Amino acid sequence: MGMLTGAEILLKSLEEEGVDTIFGYPGGAVIDIYDRLVKTDIKHFLVRHEQGAVHAADGYARASGKVGVCLVTSGPGATNTVTGLATAYMDSIPVVVLTGQVPRALIGNDAFQEVDIVGITRPCTKHNYLVTDIEDLTRTIKEAFYLARSGRPGPVLIDLPKDIMSMTAPYKPVKKVNLRSYQPTYKPNLRQLNKVLPLIREAKRPLILAGGGVVLSKGSEELTRFAKKLVTPVTTTLMGLGVFPPQGQLWLGMLGMHGTYRANMATSRCDLLIAVGVRFDDRVTGDIDTFASNAKIVHIDIDPSSIRKNVPVSIPVVGDCRLALEILNNLLEKEQLDGISEARAPWLDQIEEWKSTKPLAYEQGDVIKPQYVIETLCRLTRGSAIITTEVGQNQMWAAQYYHVDKPNSFITSGGLGCMGFGLPAAIGAQVAMPDKLVVDIAGDGSIQMNIQEMATAVQYGLPIKVVILNNQYLGMVRQFQELFYDGCYACTDMKCAPDFVKLAEAYGAVGLRASKPEEVEPVLREGLAIEGLVLMEFHVEKEELVYPMVPAGAPITEMLLI
Amino acid sequence: MNEKHILSILVENQPGVLARVAGLFSGRGFNIESLCVAETNEPRVSRMTIVTNGDLGVVEQIKKQLNKIVDVLKVVDFTGKKFVQRELALIKVHARPENRAEVLRMVDIFRCRVIDVGAEYYTVELTGDEGKISAFLNLVKPMGIKEIARTGALALGREKK
Repeated sequence: MGMLTGAEILLKSLEEEGVDTIFGYPGGAVIDIYDRLVKTDIKHFLVRHEQGAVHAADGYARASGKVGVCLVTSGPGATNTVTGLATAYMDSIPVVVLTGQVPRALIGNDAFQEVDIVGITRPCTKHNYLVTDIEDLTRTIKEAFYLARSGRPGPVLIDLPKDIMSMTAPYKPVKKVNLRSYQPTYKPNLRQLNKVLPLIREAKRPLILAGGGVVLSKGSEELTRFAKKLVTPVTTTLMGLGVFPPQGQLWLGMLGMHGTYRANMATSRCDLLIAVGVRFDDRVTGDIDTFASNAKIVHIDIDPSSIRKNVPVSIPVVGDCRLALEILNNLLEKEQLDGISEARAPWLDQIEEWKSTKPLAYEQGDVIKPQYVIETLCRLTRGSAIITTEVGQNQMWAAQYYHVDKPNSFITSGGLGCMGFGLPAAIGAQVAMPDKLVVDIAGDGSIQMNIQEMATAVQYGLPIKVVILNNQYLGMVRQFQELFYDGCYACTDMKCAPDFVKLAEAYGAVGLRASKPEEVEPVLREGLAIEGLVLMEFHVEKEELVYPMVPAGAPITEMLLI
Repeated sequence: MNEKHILSILVENQPGVLARVAGLFSGRGFNIESLCVAETNEPRVSRMTIVTNGDLGVVEQIKKQLNKIVDVLKVVDFTGKKFVQRELALIKVHARPENRAEVLRMVDIFRCRVIDVGAEYYTVELTGDEGKISAFLNLVKPMGIKEIARTGALALGREKK
C-alpha cells in the first residue's frame, strides 16, 4: 500500500465524498493542503475574507442541496468562520469547514496563529473534530459529511494540525459510517400520522405552515400535492419561501413579523395548523400565548427538540418532512374528499377578503420605492431567479415582493440574521448553478459588510447581479427607532458610503445607478442583460418602512399597516 | 412547577464531551445542581449523572437537546422510576478535645467513617442520599466545618421485578 501525506489523504477523502468545489483562503497551517489541492481536480475559489468562504459554501449548499466545503487556515482564519458557521447552524445548512491548526506539539502553547477553534465553535456547529491521529483522518471526514447532510443538517468543523497534514500514512478508505450514538429518525410513526386524518376531517379552517425543513427534505412537491388535495391554504416562514407556487387562492405569502395580513390573520383564526419543517421562531410567532390559539397543531419535524420547544403541540410527528407528507398523501388516497372544495369555500372567502382589503401595498411617488424595484425585478425575471439577500429591510422586501417559484431559490440568513451574507452566498449559489440568474438583493449597509467579495466574483467571472437599495440608513434599525424609540436615529445614519458605481468599476465590474422611478426598469433591464458581474444601485426613499409590522412580542394579529 | 430531576447520561468517552454537555446547559440557560462523570465498565463509555431542575417542558427540552449531542448514547431521567441514589462527601470537622466524642458519636449514628485524624480536624467519609448528608452537615455545623468535598448524586435504576 502506497504511503500518502495527510494532505493527500484529506483530499482523496474529500473526492470520495464527491467534493469538486471548495471555497477557501490559504495560510501557514494549511499550506500543505493547498500544495496538494492545486494538483487535484477540485476547483478552489479564493475568497477575500474567510467569513465569505463559509457563506459561499453555505450558498452553494442551499442552491444545490449538496454539502458546501470551506478550507481556511488556523487562528484568525478559523475565527473568521464563526459567523458563517453560526449562520449555517441556525438555518440547518450542510457545510463542512476545514480549519488548519498548529502542529500537535504546539497545541496549548499559545503558538503563532493558534486558537482553540473546536472550543470556540462547539455551540455553533452540529459537531466538530480535532484530528489528533492520522489514523482517524479518513473516518473523521466520512463522519463529518454524513453528519452535515443527514438528519437535521448543519455545519461540521474539522480542525487539522499541520504536522498531520505533512506526515505520511497508508490511505485506507472508509466506506461506512458507524455512529452508534447518532441515529436520526427519518420514517415517521404511522400511528401519529393516522391521528392527523380525523383532525383534517373535522377542521373547518385548516392551514399549512411550511418552513425550511420542507426545502431541506426536498418535500416541496409532496407539500403542494397535499395542500391542493385538501384545498388548504399555505403560508411559509422566511426559510420556506419557494416550497409552494406563489400564486393562486391557496397561497397566503409569508407569515410573522413582516408577514402578510392574510397569513397572520389566517394563522390566528385557523382551527388546525399543520406545521411542517418549522421551529416556531419568535419572529414567526410573536406573542406565543396568542399564536394559533384557536388551533390544534400538528408539528412534523426531523428534530425532536424543535417540537414543543416554543409552542404546545397536539400531534407531534418526528421524521423527514417529505416522507411524512408522502405518507399523508397516500393515506388521503383512501379518504372521501368529495365536496371538500365547497366545505372550504367560507374559509377561503374569508382569506380572500383579508387579501383584498389589506394587501401588501406601497405608493410609488417621485422617489423610488424599494418595493417597486423588487417588484419590477420579479416581473422582469418572472420569479425564476435565485435570490440571495442581505439582512434587514432589503431582506423583508425581497421576501414580500420577489415571488420565487421554486425551492432552493430564496437564499437568506433566516435564523441568525447575518448582514453580509448575500454577496458571498450569491457567489456560492452561482458556482453551484452556473446557468441560473443569481441576484443579491442588498442594502447599502449590509453590502458593505462583505463587499470585498466583489473581487472573488470578478476573478472567477461569476455573472452575479447585485441590487443595492440605497436609503443611506441602516433601515431596519432606523425603522424600529422611528416606531418604538421616538425617532432617535442613534447611529443608523449611513451618509458616508462609497460611490457604488465607481466601486463596481474599480473591482472590474459594471456599475449602474437609478435615481428616479422611471429609471428603475431600464437600469434593471440593462443590468440583467450584461454578462458579467453587475452592481445596480437604486436611490430609494430614505424613510420607507416595511409594512405590515408586528412589534416584537405582540400578537401577530396586531399589525401596523400602511 | 419546578422539580428536581436526576439524569443519567451515557456518552462516548471522547475529548470535549463534558464541554459539550456543560456548554449545552449554560448556553441554553438550564441549571446544573450537580454533575458527576467517570468511565463505566465499558472503557469507551462514560456515565454522567446530572441533577437539574425545571418544569416538565424545560426538562423535556434538556433531554431532547442532550440526545442531539452526537456523542450522547442514552439519556435516562430517573423521575418516576425506581432507582438507587448515593452521594459521597468528605467533611473536615473541627475536632477539639471537648467535642471529639460528639463527632465520633455522630459518625457512629450516621454509619460513616473517620478516614483522617489530625490535631485539630477529623476528616469524615459519608455516603448516602442528599438528605442524609445535609442532616449530618447540620448536626456537625455547630462544631465547625473546615471544608467539604461532595461528589453530587450518583444513581442507577433498580432491577425490574
